[in-house]
Amino acid sequence: MSNPQQLRYSKEHEWLSVAEDGVSTVGITEHAANALGDVVFVQLPEVGATVTAGESCGELESTKSVSDLYAPVDGEIIEVNEVVTDDPSLVNSAPFEGGWLFKVKITAEPGDLLSADEYTAFTAG
Amino acid sequence: MTEAPRRTALDATHRALGATMTDFAGWDMPLRYGSERDEHVAVRTRAGLFDLSHMGEITITGPQAADLLDYALVGNIGGVRAGRARYTMICEAGGGILDDLIVYRTGDQEYLVVANASNAQIVLDELTARAGGFDAAIRDDRDAYALLAVQGPESPRILKAVTDADLDGLKYYAGLPGTVAGVPALIARTGYTGEDGFELFVRPADAVALWEALTAAGKDAGLVPCGLSCRDTLRLEAGMPLYGHELTAATTPFDAGLGRVVKFEKTSNGGDFVGRAALEAAAARAESAPPRKLVGLIAEGRRVPRAGYPVVDAAGTVIGEVTSGAPSPTLGKPLAIAYVDAAHAAPGTEGVRVDIRGSHEPYEVVALPFYKRQK
Repeated sequence: MSNPQQLRYSKEHEWLSVAEDGVSTVGITEHAANALGDVVFVQLPEVGATVTAGESCGELESTKSVSDLYAPVDGEIIEVNEVVTDDPSLVNSAPFEGGWLFKVKITAEPGDLLSADEYTAFTAG
Repeated sequence: MTEAPRRTALDATHRALGATMTDFAGWDMPLRYGSERDEHVAVRTRAGLFDLSHMGEITITGPQAADLLDYALVGNIGGVRAGRARYTMICEAGGGILDDLIVYRTGDQEYLVVANASNAQIVLDELTARAGGFDAAIRDDRDAYALLAVQGPESPRILKAVTDADLDGLKYYAGLPGTVAGVPALIARTGYTGEDGFELFVRPADAVALWEALTAAGKDAGLVPCGLSCRDTLRLEAGMPLYGHELTAATTPFDAGLGRVVKFEKTSNGGDFVGRAALEAAAARAESAPPRKLVGLIAEGRRVPRAGYPVVDAAGTVIGEVTSGAPSPTLGKPLAIAYVDAAHAAPGTEGVRVDIRGSHEPYEVVALPFYKRQK
């Protein structure tokens, strides 16, 4: 698997797109999706909700377990992916594309976001 | 207890297939190869191939092998004919379940007891402790066997391609010695998926050759390798209990709705067997005033119940506990097996909920199993 070069990554296995007008798209990485197994339910934050980097803002359920979804940045949720709510398998089949989870207007970024190469090294360990 | 997990004879095969491995009862076992949902569907509609070599085999031989098993286990083992198998349990003197077992009568004076991996040592120790005075020998055969299972509606056709054994004459819960793909095997028509299927007990040295032959024979029929994750959802849909979840040492067979496995009428050893008095009391209690019953729960929503989650009534009062839960690929909804207070256990009872991390989600109470194959 390869992690797209243009994205940035959190140590909680979220990816973050390059911000346009201060808004980034967020999803979970292929590494995280593979570790979870088949995702069967996603609970996304509400549009308008304020999220904080490193804090839980939703849930992902797979056959075997439930996991928190963490916000990779501080900000306000401006859109959530309703398609993935209806078809959570997109998180497995297209984690970096159709399986995106929400768009966030960033108010602050933590200092420890990773580049693609850094994230690849982080997950290899 | 930080020993390295044990590896089956098929370990390198699993890794070459890209399996996600998991520690299960001290064994490093395949959890899934790709999508566990796809593996589940393959077993329901075509066929799946499993490595179950973690299961614990114990051989009992001798003139009083049947009497020993009749005394040590709750079932009527002496009544099992050669070539047949029986689902049974081993209980404490107090009636609590130590393990659920399949016992194959492999000869006139020979039985193969198959225990759960997590309990195999306990079962071996208990059988040994209960064997005093019986002319019977107990042999730890855990390292003598690898166990492969082919499960699913296509499994008879696949197996027939690699064996001359009389599979049509092999009934459910029967086993016969034979040769499969050139490998000597005990061929058993048993499983833990709710589908037709076979379990093949072979020498570990033959496991890879058999796996490869079955993979080749099943290619056109859509056979896929399957991990323990889908085995769990398959058995859950089929309403089959799992030790450590529905069955524990704090539970009697009657509490688990499986009182039928206890045979009070057996006559060997003067009718005596370990746990008899406690189980008679448990049977009477289950008949007159059962505290809780094992039921099926089907979700109305999409959040998945997990083992240990409380079952609550409309007022939020705890009325039970989930023992197993998972999203069901066949029903397309989350399912749970749960112990629920008898007053709320009737199918269709209104107002039953599962407390899923603080949110009380509505559930329908149903009788088990959730899924029964069309024959």
